[in-house]
Amino acid sequence: MNIIKTLFSYIIFPGFLFTAVVGLFVTWIDRKVTARVHWRVGPPWYQPYADFLKLLLKETIIPEGSSKIIFLLGPILGLIGMSILAVMLFSMNFNPHTSFVGDLIVIIYLLALPPIGVILGGSASRNPLASVGASREMTQYFAYELPFLISLAIIILKAGGHIKFGDIIIAQHTSGSFLYSISGIIAGVVIFFTMQAKLSFVPFDIPEAEQEIMAGPYIEYSGVALAVYKLTRAMMFFLLPLFFISVLWGGFADWWAVLKFLVLVVLIVLVKNTNPRLRIDQSLKFFWLGLGIFSIIGLIFAFYGL
Amino acid sequence: MGNLKLLGLKKSPWVFHLAAAACNNCDIEILDILTPRWDVERFGIVLVGSPRHADALLVTGVINRKTLPRVLRVYEQTPKPCLVIAVGSCACHPHIFESSYNVVGPYDKHIPVDVYIPGCPPKPEAIIMGVVKALKRL
Repeated sequence: MNIIKTLFSYIIFPGFLFTAVVGLFVTWIDRKVTARVHWRVGPPWYQPYADFLKLLLKETIIPEGSSKIIFLLGPILGLIGMSILAVMLFSMNFNPHTSFVGDLIVIIYLLALPPIGVILGGSASRNPLASVGASREMTQYFAYELPFLISLAIIILKAGGHIKFGDIIIAQHTSGSFLYSISGIIAGVVIFFTMQAKLSFVPFDIPEAEQEIMAGPYIEYSGVALAVYKLTRAMMFFLLPLFFISVLWGGFADWWAVLKFLVLVVLIVLVKNTNPRLRIDQSLKFFWLGLGIFSIIGLIFAFYGL
Repeated sequence: MGNLKLLGLKKSPWVFHLAAAACNNCDIEILDILTPRWDVERFGIVLVGSPRHADALLVTGVINRKTLPRVLRVYEQTPKPCLVIAVGSCACHPHIFESSYNVVGPYDKHIPVDVYIPGCPPKPEAIIMGVVKALKRL
């Protein structure tokens, strides 16, 4: 019975299937808001599902001379990471006592799986543009991970040194959201930009810059493998704002969370639509010198309890 | 299964723009239909950068000895099923270039073409109409 319950939570709700369906809907919100910003109508609501169905049924080409196993493993890695992350986020928000020691660390590593999958797949696909994209993805990953980790340290400090994810949520239930303080706002800004980079949206879409290196690491992918990448991206787009809400904005166990989620998604899309793309060195400078120092200031504020 | 495949293709045709030695007029018109004024994303049409992601190839220009191998290669790189849409008078027939030493004939001699959209260049409305006709025929 327990095994069936566990399998259900990983495969159907809130794991793979639920996150996939809602995530694809969130990408529709992204496309529709983008269309409204451009002053046009935009795609119908079923568009992401139609795209996904079409990609599933198309031919999957494996380029000649690429390493087959890694080429096909790349997409799956991120998908597995996101499914597990969905289960962890939901179970810890609705029942914070199920948390185990150090699960925040596990979540950081699960969030690292999609970029690793992209780097592996891109390098395995034997295409010069894909390897350029993979190397940019790697640089970008090292760029945004530093301020991200420092701002998570702010959150741990504010939660009274608790590293358990459940304890962070309980601390917010008892003493109010962390976002409503100086260090909380700093951590929020840093994590917001990190989300933008993790989703590789403009201004941080350097790894897959459409106008210069076509689709970067995804260039050789077609059919099912491309569909899995798109799905992973959609699931990330659903889960990262939820992660933001649970560590900073009081958890998502109430209905207000829907509004908070929509605000975050629309903000991400607006930033995406109103900014030009940075170069990879500018992005590195922005994350290490700009946001890195900013988040250290936040850490000092958090140390003095502000 | 076959119907489902075509339904997916019908609802989200991603196009790859293959400019094979055109005078660039048709290419400008193709870029024109992707602007907010015509907004083809309503039909799920998106311009993609890699032939691997494409469902439809928009070919323009007179095909010649230099571009033929490239066109064939891009066609082979596109995962099937895929549509080929010949945009512009040159892509339909070589016309005044027919007797040139370098021209190797119209596209349908080398790859299967689904729709011909004549015009020099065709209006954006004509291109959208051609693509819709191609999708209806599926």
